[in-house]
Amino acid sequence: MENISKGLVYFLYVVAFVLLNIMYLIYLERKFSAFLQQRPGPNRVGPRGLMQTLVDVVKLFSKEDIIPEKADRWVFRLASLLVMVPALLVYVVLPFGKNMVIADLNLGLFYFLAVASLSSVFVLMAGWGSRNKFSLLGGMRVVAQVISYEIPMIFSLLGIVMLSGSLKMTEIVSAQSKVWFVFLQPVAFVIYFIAATAELNRGPFDLPEGEQEIIAGPFTEYSGIRYIMFYMAEYTHMIAVSALATTLFLGGPSGPVLPSWLWFILKTYFMILLFMLVRWTFPRIRLDHMMNFNWKYLIPISLANILLTGIGIQIFQLMKG
Amino acid sequence: MRDYIIIGVFLIASAVFGILLLLISTLLRPKKPNKEKLSTYECGIETKGPTWIRFNVSYFMYALIFMLFDIETVFLLPWAVKFRALGIFAFIEMIIFIGILIIGLWYVWKEAVLKWK
Repeated sequence: MENISKGLVYFLYVVAFVLLNIMYLIYLERKFSAFLQQRPGPNRVGPRGLMQTLVDVVKLFSKEDIIPEKADRWVFRLASLLVMVPALLVYVVLPFGKNMVIADLNLGLFYFLAVASLSSVFVLMAGWGSRNKFSLLGGMRVVAQVISYEIPMIFSLLGIVMLSGSLKMTEIVSAQSKVWFVFLQPVAFVIYFIAATAELNRGPFDLPEGEQEIIAGPFTEYSGIRYIMFYMAEYTHMIAVSALATTLFLGGPSGPVLPSWLWFILKTYFMILLFMLVRWTFPRIRLDHMMNFNWKYLIPISLANILLTGIGIQIFQLMKG
Repeated sequence: MRDYIIIGVFLIASAVFGILLLLISTLLRPKKPNKEKLSTYECGIETKGPTWIRFNVSYFMYALIFMLFDIETVFLLPWAVKFRALGIFAFIEMIIFIGILIIGLWYVWKEAVLKWK
């Protein structure tokens, strides 16, 4: 009973954290893209356009909820309802600061990877349930992304697990007390970054929602609040993936002077800005090119990375005696 | 046990969170459906023909290989966790295991399965 009430409190914390961040992430993304494209961006509502997102949310809240007559009603509804579930579930294992993990599972990393990849199921459901040819194509593209980035992602993280000898997030963080893993595993970091962009359906890998070819992909038929849910899930996911990169590669919440949670947020925002930079500077790549790239380059490279890490650790241990 | 109860709470609470948002929105939004509104948008013009037809999923073979590799990651994770403790023995074992996989990948590549058809 005590645990349940604790869980609820943690859940409220996470929701508050996520909503606050999303609100200003959307603003940040718009301003950042505007900066890169040399235009002002939102600047009318509130000082410097700071209230823009709030107004957008209120607008979308009061929009009619349209479920197309021909759509598969249950799948259509369930997809938008449940898409937030995996996105919020992964926050359980993230170490937001010193002793600030909600549940320090001993297979935390595995849990994160397993749950995070679930969200594509709901996007596929949305694409299927809309009964719209372009949405269906978008859903199929999501599956194509999953089956190509998932493996390089897990392979790239194996090096981290080998170095730290644990899947527990706190132990991975404490294993980086001397050197951040980004310096020991630079290749893995790059591979993880590419795979994570594909997982988020962002940047050069936004094929499922490519506006120019398939309207908005699986989200075409959604309106109002249901559309917000997908949008929110995407950003929630982005924060989680950036936070994971922070935990695994950038030393997590450790850092001098400033409190640990602030370091964590700063590093996470650094990762988020990297994602944004990539998104707004690279053109979309073609689907078959993406699959080729993942299967013919990333997988062999990540396998080589595992072998090299293994050899490195063995040599290190031999030298130590 | 505590951890898994919390995950269970998160699982249920996040589903409820979605329902809650929908409920709040029902208080604010209008509901005046008509035939035009409820028709499929697709790309702006009226839709033609059935949507749920059988079509060629070009990446089917990729998906099969994905299954193999995905199962392999389940074997690799526990190995990676115990890698330092098990020492040279585990390392050689795994070189053999990964070697077999690399041969598999090479074979698939050679047979032009990794090619968009």
